[in-house]
Amino acid sequence: MEYFLQQLINGIALGSIYGLIAIGYTLVYGIIGMINFAHGDVFMVGSFIALIAFIGLLSIGITFIPLALILVLLVAMLLTAVWGWTIERVAYRPLRASFRLAPLITAIGMSIVLQNFVQVSQGARVKTLQPVITGGYELMHAENFAVSLSNIQILIVVTTIALMTAFWLLIDRTPLGRSLRACEQDRMMAALCGVNVDRTISLTFVMGAALAAVAGLLYLLYYGVIDFFIGFIAGIKAFTAAVLGGIGSLPGAMLGGMIIGLIETFWSAYFTIEYKDVAAFSMLALVLIFFPSGLLGRPEVEKV
Amino acid sequence: MSTAPLLNVEHLTMRFGGLVAVDDVSFAAERGQITALIGPNGAGKTTVFNCITGFYKPSEGMIALTHASGRRFLLERLDDHAINAKAKVARTFQNIRLFPGMTALENLMVAQHERLTATAGLTLGALFGLKRFHAAERQAVELASHWLERIGLIDQADNAAGNLSYGDQRRLEIARAMCTRPELLCLDEPAAGLNARESDSLNALLRTICAEENTAILLIEHDMSVVMTISDHIIVLDHGAIIADGPPQAVREDEAVIAAYLGVPDEEVEDAEREVGL
Amino acid sequence: MDTPETTTGRRLGPALLDATISAGIAFLLFCLLLGVRTVDSVTGITLQPRPILLAVVVGLVFFGRLALNLFWWDRDWTFPALPFLPKKQGDGASSAANEANRLGLILVAFAVLFPIVAYLLNTAFGLHLPLRYWFDLSILVLTYVMLGWGLNIVVGLAGLLDLGYVAFYAVGAYSFAIISAHFGWSFWMCLPIAGILAALWGIMLGFPVLRLRGDYLAIVTLAFGEIVRIVLQNWTDVTGGPNGISNIPGPSFFGLDFGLRAENSFHAFFGLRYDPLYGTMWLYYIILVMALITNFVTLRLRRLPMGRAWEALREDEIACRSLGINTTVTKLSAFATGALFGGFAGSFFAARQSFISPESFTFIESAIILAIVVLGGMGSQLGVAIAAAVMIGGFEALRHTDSLQLIFGQGFDPALYRMLFFGLAMVAIMIWRPRGLVSTRAPSITLRKGKAAIAGELVGEGRA
Repeated sequence: MEYFLQQLINGIALGSIYGLIAIGYTLVYGIIGMINFAHGDVFMVGSFIALIAFIGLLSIGITFIPLALILVLLVAMLLTAVWGWTIERVAYRPLRASFRLAPLITAIGMSIVLQNFVQVSQGARVKTLQPVITGGYELMHAENFAVSLSNIQILIVVTTIALMTAFWLLIDRTPLGRSLRACEQDRMMAALCGVNVDRTISLTFVMGAALAAVAGLLYLLYYGVIDFFIGFIAGIKAFTAAVLGGIGSLPGAMLGGMIIGLIETFWSAYFTIEYKDVAAFSMLALVLIFFPSGLLGRPEVEKV
Repeated sequence: MSTAPLLNVEHLTMRFGGLVAVDDVSFAAERGQITALIGPNGAGKTTVFNCITGFYKPSEGMIALTHASGRRFLLERLDDHAINAKAKVARTFQNIRLFPGMTALENLMVAQHERLTATAGLTLGALFGLKRFHAAERQAVELASHWLERIGLIDQADNAAGNLSYGDQRRLEIARAMCTRPELLCLDEPAAGLNARESDSLNALLRTICAEENTAILLIEHDMSVVMTISDHIIVLDHGAIIADGPPQAVREDEAVIAAYLGVPDEEVEDAEREVGL
Repeated sequence: MDTPETTTGRRLGPALLDATISAGIAFLLFCLLLGVRTVDSVTGITLQPRPILLAVVVGLVFFGRLALNLFWWDRDWTFPALPFLPKKQGDGASSAANEANRLGLILVAFAVLFPIVAYLLNTAFGLHLPLRYWFDLSILVLTYVMLGWGLNIVVGLAGLLDLGYVAFYAVGAYSFAIISAHFGWSFWMCLPIAGILAALWGIMLGFPVLRLRGDYLAIVTLAFGEIVRIVLQNWTDVTGGPNGISNIPGPSFFGLDFGLRAENSFHAFFGLRYDPLYGTMWLYYIILVMALITNFVTLRLRRLPMGRAWEALREDEIACRSLGINTTVTKLSAFATGALFGGFAGSFFAARQSFISPESFTFIESAIILAIVVLGGMGSQLGVAIAAAVMIGGFEALRHTDSLQLIFGQGFDPALYRMLFFGLAMVAIMIWRPRGLVSTRAPSITLRKGKAAIAGELVGEGRA
């Protein structure tokens, strides 16, 4: 029971990170119907930016951790958002009216570019950050096993909930959110109604990238180890999460992230750690066979 | 020769969640006739069509198809592709569904998939040049050319279907359906978007198909001039139920039909106008 | 009338503004990732600023963008059209299609003659050409041509987006390696078995994904590819785990081996002097024939009901069903046929390398093969072959080009940058020709002589 509870906590923390990345996939898919394959690597870029910014701040004497973290968060969100914007502008916008597989290929190309750019500019070796946020609470104590909730896990979950709420309000209550939803329904009609479609799509990428940067920072703080390849694995998992939850659906992305995080954690804990990804992917296949549009996705109606 | 009607729809009901799109509809379509299914928008015509051609599985009811040979099929139990391949029901679509990147000829060749596959010796035979397949392929090209000539598109045979004009695409879709050699041809608004001249030639085409090819036609149409000219038998649907069923003349004068199309009969409108002092 | 100088002058202001904005964005992009390098030290990570590099890159963006603004975007000339790539439908297209056919024949003839002629010239004149390298590179390119053609059946013809094609390549390779290790069977006995096993895997994958459309299909095939790789990586008893399987025998020449001290050696039988190149050339011809068979079968299938049904499926699945085509069988046959050729290519890969490990079957391989198909032009055999040659050949060539060091200095290691260039090239080519190098579709049957190509814009993309 204690062991189970501990795994549940770990799974939720991991799932929150996946969920934050998955939102980027789901937003972009919802609005332009493409798989932004480079998004996982945007997350990786975000965590590198966070790492460099954090060490940079420490080295110029800002050692008050909460202040440093907030500054890092802002810097990482800003700079990663610029990456997201640039990628859309350079690699996707020229192909928007074109053949549907073309942007998928440029997205895979951008993913390769980002990975190798970071590898070349920062080196291929893993980067280790000493634990920044330590401590936590012991929730329960069995004979030889303690269930603990670490501060970093609290931070991850609280940040995720706060961002999700803010984001949901943004989509649901603001004019920006309205134009975003309009573009999602019918881009042509939205344009005719005076929505600036190009700007809305750009903003989607910017928001997705900013959330990925938050996920990148949280990942860095949680695991303390990053390399240029983390984006690929995390990206595939997060995309799986988005599809699982029903691509295009925001709550679906979060739900999918949680499910993937929990499956992975529990599988590693109770079965074999080597096959945790197999478990996650098999779950995806199973869910899609029974819910072809994901768990919370709108079912596609076959119009005859 | 069987005496049963070609198509016999009995107690057909189709529900989508709480919405009853088609409610206990029964009708028959006879061999050698053109049967029209009409009704205001949202009456459930296309839903009936989709049930007959297997795109929907009806919630209740039976759809029986009897070939001239006496073979009988229960369409609601067949897979959608078997409804064409076995029961020989072909259809066209309200929004044309050709294979736009393939030529007109290729479109008609795809329609003969069933017969060509039967001679292809599990594809491997044809891959290594089976004679039987070559003969079948030649016949298929002949049938395709025959239909291209009948719809006047033989000169466009090697052009992409997506490049044809709207009217040509409509006719090509009918020809494609005919290349499956159907016993029943279901047409979903074949005259939509056609001009008067095209519409006339379509009427002639449908009449000859019905007379010469031993293919009965079931059609949905909004254009009353087309319906009244070519139909032998008209079924009127409103709100998912049949409100009239009979020859064109009878349907034309049916009060329920007029009410469904115009709201209420003219006299009632006049009465109402008089009452409010217009 | 404005003279060019004055228009340039008038455009200078906006151009400068645009270049400045671009440079600003470049600064934001690169300020941390390029401007600072993380260095591992005893105390943890320290930072090492690289302001000059950052300034150079931002400056390059500024002047590059300025130049683009002033001289490129308003230019009144365009690239001359490539002669062999048919562009538009019409009378010109039919001759272009014929030209493409002729080019295909020339390429095949060249591929057949190239090793023998090169070898003979080399020995006759003692040229010391790097034949070994040329042959190895050609074998690699041909392997990708074959993989591209195999995937083209699934993606290009049937319109089913498959991001896990490498799984079938892996199944083929491992089937051969395991069977030959356990039963000692030769390459030629294992080849059909490996192909059939891969095809069965194709059907197994096909079943669960039949109902899925578009991107859902893509992600499940991707997941499937990853599952296969993870299993190979961890099922140590059978697959050797991360260490892989080594000492896989190469293909024999009608029972003759190519080793120096082999019992039935090729050179002894024919009374030739031993030369390791014989084995390489034999491998070259095997993969060439295998690739050509793939091509032949695909072209033939396009004219058969099955292939037509694939293309019809790509164009409109609902119409297919209304014409009595069993879409389940059609999709499974496409998956199986594509997988079959992937499996053959995998066996060849194992035999050629004599060593395989899960590392060779990562997602990036699937992505490269898919990129070759899309860059080549979906459904076009010639386009796929050209794309494979350009991408793989060019990509490999980067590894060995020392001339770049002259530009970038001695510290420049091209091998490190080649994946970066590869990714950039993918993006650039796609933007340049979104429908691929050969975007037109040749009809599978015509009533009259002279093929007219169909414009790519009309051709469906399937449920991709």
